[in-house]
Amino acid sequence: MKNNNNHLDTAEHDTELLLTQKETGTQRVFSWLFENKVMLLFGALCIGAVLVSGNPMSFVVENIFIRFGRNGFTVMSLLIPVLAGMGLNFSIVIGAIAAQMGLFFAVDWGMTGLTGMLVAFAIATPLSVLFGFGVGRLFNKMKGAEMIAGLILGFFADGLYQLFFLYILGGVLPVKTNGLVIPGGVGIKNTIDLTGNMKYALDLVKLVDLILVLFIAIAVLAVIRIITELKNKRKFPLGPLVLLIASAVIYALTYIPAVERYLMTDRLPVVNAIEIGCVFIVFLSVWKFIKNKRTPDERFNPKRYIAWIVGALLLYAITYIPFIETIVTRSTIAVLPFALVAGLAVFNQAFLSTRLGQNMRTVGQSQVIANASGIHVDRVRILAMIISTVLASWGQLIYLQNLGTFATYGAHLQVGQFAIAALLVGGASVQKATNKQAITGVILFHTLFIVAPEAGKVLFDNAMIGEYFRVFISYGVIALALAMHAWQRKKKPELELPE
Amino acid sequence: MRNMKDIIQRVGWPRIIIGLFFVLLIVVSPFMGLKLTDVFSDVLRRWSMFGILILAMVPGVQSGIGLNFGVSLGIVAGLIGSTTAIELSFRHGTNRPWTDLGFSLLIAIPIAILLGFVYGLLLNRVKGSEMTVSTYVGFSAIAFANIVWLSLPFKSGTLVWPIAGEGMRNTINLEDSFGGLMSNPAVAQTHPTALRWMAFELGGVVIPLGVILFFLFLCLLMWLFLRSKTGIAMSAAGENTLFTRSNAINVDNMRILGTVLSTVLGAIGIIMYAQVFGFLQLYNAPLMMGFQCVAAILIGGATTRRASITNVILGALLFQGILTTSLPVIKKLMPSGSTLSEVLRIIISNGIILYALSKTRGGNQVEK
Repeated sequence: MKNNNNHLDTAEHDTELLLTQKETGTQRVFSWLFENKVMLLFGALCIGAVLVSGNPMSFVVENIFIRFGRNGFTVMSLLIPVLAGMGLNFSIVIGAIAAQMGLFFAVDWGMTGLTGMLVAFAIATPLSVLFGFGVGRLFNKMKGAEMIAGLILGFFADGLYQLFFLYILGGVLPVKTNGLVIPGGVGIKNTIDLTGNMKYALDLVKLVDLILVLFIAIAVLAVIRIITELKNKRKFPLGPLVLLIASAVIYALTYIPAVERYLMTDRLPVVNAIEIGCVFIVFLSVWKFIKNKRTPDERFNPKRYIAWIVGALLLYAITYIPFIETIVTRSTIAVLPFALVAGLAVFNQAFLSTRLGQNMRTVGQSQVIANASGIHVDRVRILAMIISTVLASWGQLIYLQNLGTFATYGAHLQVGQFAIAALLVGGASVQKATNKQAITGVILFHTLFIVAPEAGKVLFDNAMIGEYFRVFISYGVIALALAMHAWQRKKKPELELPE
Repeated sequence: MRNMKDIIQRVGWPRIIIGLFFVLLIVVSPFMGLKLTDVFSDVLRRWSMFGILILAMVPGVQSGIGLNFGVSLGIVAGLIGSTTAIELSFRHGTNRPWTDLGFSLLIAIPIAILLGFVYGLLLNRVKGSEMTVSTYVGFSAIAFANIVWLSLPFKSGTLVWPIAGEGMRNTINLEDSFGGLMSNPAVAQTHPTALRWMAFELGGVVIPLGVILFFLFLCLLMWLFLRSKTGIAMSAAGENTLFTRSNAINVDNMRILGTVLSTVLGAIGIIMYAQVFGFLQLYNAPLMMGFQCVAAILIGGATTRRASITNVILGALLFQGILTTSLPVIKKLMPSGSTLSEVLRIIISNGIILYALSKTRGGNQVEK
């Protein structure tokens, strides 16, 4: 079957081209509707549930932002394995386990605040690299069955994790903090309260600190580039220098008292975030125009950037509608988690254009072709797993510090489940998943999470039904997506028979 | 030496290790102050309790749908059947254990057939990734059933939460219904003399003969079925699709047949399980039960492509045997380790499934 993949792909491509030639406006709308049916259906369900629940809009929006900062990162950690053709990575549970081990030791050693968090990151990252490597090796033995293997592997790892936390810690390995051990026994307590040490450790990072860190990073990179270019004695490095000066100027701006007061916050009202976003989009679009003036590019599409500018202005205008204004001024976003999610989105996008990213895509499309073109298939797959596991562990740390309570034996169990359901709700499939789908998915899935109990109460006079319905949806959407994927994959070879 | 290697190859390392572990546990338990008779009673009880659920894996594997993680559908059917039966006898005002059991099966089996048929249609559309799909179909079935348990308009006091007056309980006591009917000596004493053999004590070992016979009877039926013309056709469909099609056998129909049989056995299995256990467990209790059944039959020597009755009987004995014997031993060894047995179950069952998966699709072998 794998051998045929290539023929299939080209054949499919041809039909696609034909379709795009013929497609009229209405057809395009219809095909768009068809492609996004899962997302649209779920969106309708969410709107219905929000209306039924009677929850005030500001409450819903506020909670969406909280939950987005909490869960967005983990969902996005799923994208790279999809690119590498390994399907939905159910084994991100293992990344979460690594994160929890890191967090546990940080708590046990009495660390607090940002230092504690950094220690947790420092422990979790190498652990998850190791785990990811192991998972990758295992998956290479089970090509084609990665998803079921990942699922079982998650349960298996949970067993080992319980063994470690219930019997080895406190039994074989000493635990420093007595309060963490089950009274009169070995093993770690059911819940570890993070209030007072690690709760909101990342959320409380101020915008101004973030800018400082960014400035230092950019400055160091720019200086390094200037030095290397000077050493190589090529033409004078104007680009990095401009970057350095520009970032220094921007950083200097933060010392203006008014600006500083604005930036001294760790929670940005959504309205300010929208302002910043709009300004950024306008600047970016203008920059693209300028760039195009200097070095014209055929592919440059001015309409697109004009649309962006108009869209940004419209978005800004909307915030002046009183109803929306109250919502967006009341809801806040935690600066650092959102910056991290945005950073990951940029990383996922940039990764595609790297050599490794391209190799991964080739492996994802056909392992035979990849092998023939000299790509080390197994190594690329292992790398994909390592990246995904590390990102998942970071995501879990962001999640736990925001939640503030660390359910020792429960926090990791549903990670894969919920993240994958969210991604699928956004319209992703087993073969294709994008940043946009991840973001839409998180928003839609968690909207339902927020309003389902109330909606259940109103509709069935029983909050538990809403709760169970939500669980049913999260399982059901995965079952449906997997079934649809398998169905389509089965259909293709039959279509190809005449050839 | 070569002979030895062959034997090891045939039996397989995991089974040898688990078998030795089981023997070790039994040998150790008298020294830990446990009565061997109790150990054997427990093993027999658990073996007969899970037997039919594990048997439900056979038609699935043989017909080519692989390990049926979606046996939860059958379990849900069985639970619907037994709760309805209890409610029916409540409406009639009397407790009639045998009619309860009969009605449970009578209601559960048609539901299981229907669900199995639809499920089989779905599985025919997703050939090649049945296991992933069936796992999530199983999960969704349990989640959907949770809503059903909350909203069925049942009134019986044994079923419904006492204070709220609606929504079924997490665990339903079967003491007044069919609990222990074929497995508990105390209950068997109340039967007419002709039926007292169903459960008795023999030298201190409790023998739930009724359930064991029922389990073995179903095994025999399955054994006979697999040797009938239809059964052979079904196994062939699982073994080699092209060959089967060239012999004018409808592969899809055979797969549906296997799925339906598996689901029905799941329904009967959970009713028998509840009967021995003495409780019906609703809501999320059966969520991972499919995994236990899969693990047990794999320990018994089945692969994702082939499974036999011997695998079922041996697997049930080894898997459930280890779990039952390890619990008291662990308790004696470390008093605080009450959940270690549960942890062990998770590690063993998922470890064996992973091992089996890596064996069947090992290396660069591409499926189909």
